[in-house]
Amino acid sequence: MIEIRNIKKSFDDKEILKGISGEFHKGKTNLIIGASGTGKSVLLKNIVGLIAPTEGEVLYDNRNFTTGDNQLITEVRREIGMLFQGSALFDSMTVEQNVMFPLNVLTKMPMDEKLERVNFCLERVSLQNANKLMPSEISGGMMKRVGIARAIVNNPNYLFCDEPNSGLDPQTSIRIDNLIKEITDEYQITTVVVTHDMNSVMEIGENIMFLYKGHKIWEGDNESILHADVEELNDFVFANKMMRRIKKTMKS
Amino acid sequence: MKSIGKYFIFLGNLIIRRESFRTYIGLFFEECIKIGYNSVFIVTIVATFMGAVTTIQTAYNLISPLIPDYVISLVVRDMTILELAPTIMAIVFAGKVGSNIAGELGTMRITEQVDALEVMGINATSYLVLPKVLASMVTYPMLVVLAGFLSIYGGYLTSLLTGIITGYDYIYGIRFEFIPFNVTFALIKAFVFAFLVASISAYKGFYTRGGALEVGQASTSAVTNSCIAILCADYILAKLLLG
Repeated sequence: MIEIRNIKKSFDDKEILKGISGEFHKGKTNLIIGASGTGKSVLLKNIVGLIAPTEGEVLYDNRNFTTGDNQLITEVRREIGMLFQGSALFDSMTVEQNVMFPLNVLTKMPMDEKLERVNFCLERVSLQNANKLMPSEISGGMMKRVGIARAIVNNPNYLFCDEPNSGLDPQTSIRIDNLIKEITDEYQITTVVVTHDMNSVMEIGENIMFLYKGHKIWEGDNESILHADVEELNDFVFANKMMRRIKKTMKS
Repeated sequence: MKSIGKYFIFLGNLIIRRESFRTYIGLFFEECIKIGYNSVFIVTIVATFMGAVTTIQTAYNLISPLIPDYVISLVVRDMTILELAPTIMAIVFAGKVGSNIAGELGTMRITEQVDALEVMGINATSYLVLPKVLASMVTYPMLVVLAGFLSIYGGYLTSLLTGIITGYDYIYGIRFEFIPFNVTFALIKAFVFAFLVASISAYKGFYTRGGALEVGQASTSAVTNSCIAILCADYILAKLLLG
């Protein structure tokens, strides 16, 4: 479980996060949602330690990541897998080398075991024949899947996904969402997904945190989100025509 | 002042929290090829012409019959060893390797590849930059030695082709009152310049923010700052070791 306590973050004089607390549960897909510019990605970067919070703490299974020493930070980070918005694959490496990278640097595993693990992960994301391709030769959806394979290759306890569906078509988006959900259930890891995609919210949102102007103003699941009595949340959820129709149907 | 402080913190990060030795060994050799071997062509061209032009221009200025011909090659030798090979080559090196380092790291930064390394628990500064700095410090002095030889050889070829001085006088001048410390001084300069070019360029690239435009600006800034640092260090080293 990951716990965040009163996270505040300012850039110069501008306060982006205004004291956010909450818990992300093990074995669940935890979503951070909100409109663009509400601080979702900043919160995620604070949680994984890419940005230091101005105030507040992040605890990974009761280990204080914010105040911990370098050894603890490295230890926790080696239990983290992350899928970046732009996939962040290393351009100069093949798909196989990208997925193998964490094993090469962080473990002393023999080559045959590493290859076996890489092939298993690539198969898990349905990319069994892509080993020798370069990132420039594959599509956006495939890049995301390679990113997921790289994130899970080291058997992480925590999986973070920053806008996993950005730039993807609806079908591929659902495929990526389902993959994230399946991996979370299968390995019983703590997954945190930052998104503003309502399809993702409805598809995999087991524990949802809604941010608005740097505050957390609602928390719940994908069932209760449709009945929430929060104006800002309703504006966000029912922003498109299809969702408004669903609301209308629900009311009638 | 803030940038200078940040630069020194950046240098500190290169040596703390390093990965295992075997992680760096492959990267180091890769960088040696990218930085050193791939610069041989440009160094060869620049050094040979530099020596040739220096010979012609020195001969043009030394027209007094009281000055013996071998002084021309003596001047070429000392100019090459003391200044042209280490310093001018460092400017060329900054243009080729410095801009490449800044561009590569800047692109990695804006495409979140640096963040990906950090999240994996890898010290990205040390992992990405240390092999580049070490490879520069190992290969650049070799390039300077090559440049020195080629520059002097370029002068020799010119003297033969143009008949400014005889081959015998040229060789005599090269060997006349040779001071071995000058070579040591050139190599000290080479080590320092290589460190400055690689570390300043890496610093500029590593802290790039924004997009493609900013990566271009980081590359330009890396070359500009490296050149200024080379010239300042050149003056300080000359004052300390020769003055």
